[in-house]
Amino acid sequence: MASDNPQEYIKHHLTNLTYGRHPELETLEPIDLNARIHQEFLYGTWGFAHDAEEASAMGFNSINVDSMAWSVALGLAFCALFYSVARKATAGVPGGLQNAVEYVVEFVDDMVRGIFTHKNDLIAPMALTVFVWVFLMNLMDLVPVDWIPELAALFGVHFMKVVPSTDPNITMSMALSIFVLMLYYSVKCKGLAGFGSELAFQPFPKFMAPLNLVLELPTLFAKPLSLGLRLFGNMYAGEMIFILIALMYAGIATDIVGGAIGIFGGVLHLAWAAFHVLIITLQAYIFAVLTVVYLAAAHDEAH
Amino acid sequence: MNLNWTLVGQSITFLVFAWTCYKFIWPLLIGAMDERATLIGEGIENAEQARRDLEDASSKVDEIMRDARADAHALVDQARTQAATMIDDAKKDAENEGERIRETARADVVQEANRARESLRAEVAELALSGAERILESGIDRAQHAELLDKLASEL
Repeated sequence: MASDNPQEYIKHHLTNLTYGRHPELETLEPIDLNARIHQEFLYGTWGFAHDAEEASAMGFNSINVDSMAWSVALGLAFCALFYSVARKATAGVPGGLQNAVEYVVEFVDDMVRGIFTHKNDLIAPMALTVFVWVFLMNLMDLVPVDWIPELAALFGVHFMKVVPSTDPNITMSMALSIFVLMLYYSVKCKGLAGFGSELAFQPFPKFMAPLNLVLELPTLFAKPLSLGLRLFGNMYAGEMIFILIALMYAGIATDIVGGAIGIFGGVLHLAWAAFHVLIITLQAYIFAVLTVVYLAAAHDEAH
Repeated sequence: MNLNWTLVGQSITFLVFAWTCYKFIWPLLIGAMDERATLIGEGIENAEQARRDLEDASSKVDEIMRDARADAHALVDQARTQAATMIDDAKKDAENEGERIRETARADVVQEANRARESLRAEVAELALSGAERILESGIDRAQHAELLDKLASEL
């Protein structure tokens, strides 16, 4: 694994399992439909990318199977866990698991109550989903970087990124979903005119509307961008450091120097993992808080 | 690290999970927690009420005890007075009875003395008569001298 080629090792760890349309077909001469269909069946132009270059060459017409699978699995885990507790939840003395779940729910509920003062029952459950789900996705970062990819390799799967939040697709899609909700609630609460005037008629007086738009529109679009990229950046960097630390294990069985580096790597790994526990929780919290803050701003009538 | 359909897939997934949480998870958990909060609130209120009731009851008990003690005192006093009265009455009765007995005894004595005096008088009269009879050696008609003899007897 790590011993072969450090550059290759890192790159391998940062490549998604991408399913899509192989780009060779696009370079073919325009031929008739029958030949094209024949080509697709014959050469299986839909399939998993064999390397990072091929994956990026697939363009938008592909999907990161590993990110999607882990994200859905973790989301299902969240729903299953919380639903199993919610179904049996009673007003009596709560058991251990119910207590833990209720603690999280109350934590999020308090947070939402502190920020979001409007009437919208969707916000708090969504904040809970965001917080727990993002936390679980980040939590995958603490699984040693080689465990699941090596296990997957045994089954013939050559790429496996297990931390969905290190995939910008995942973080940006959540940020964009929230952005769409922001736009929806802005228009719903203030009307199209109200929302437009909020963008055009402040902070400067109305006659400076163009300048206001220049100031306000980037602010608006910066919200989802910063929301998604902050989470992605933090998780990606954290993952990268775990991969770099894992590289130090490469020579552990060769000689005394390699062994020493390996042991030092173990110490670093432990320290970084301990620190990372804070980071993943904090990032999940920040993501959830900003979601609520942005949606609260969307509901706010007057500025 | 390219953007692709994962964006769309994850967006749909996100909305589905958020909606699931909103629809099936959140209301149940918050419902249970709110219900518990109400229960605890009621419990605290009930405890407070019970504490107040206990206070009321113990003050009522104190009052009853005070009344009972006062009643008991009154009863004892009354009994004591009654006893004293009874003793006084009994004493007075006894004195009266004694006086009465004494009176009777005195009357008896007087009567007895009178009776003795009567008989003595009669005897003396008899004696005097028999003496005079002997002196005079002559018969004296008792009926003839009865008046004289009675006069003599009453002088005794």
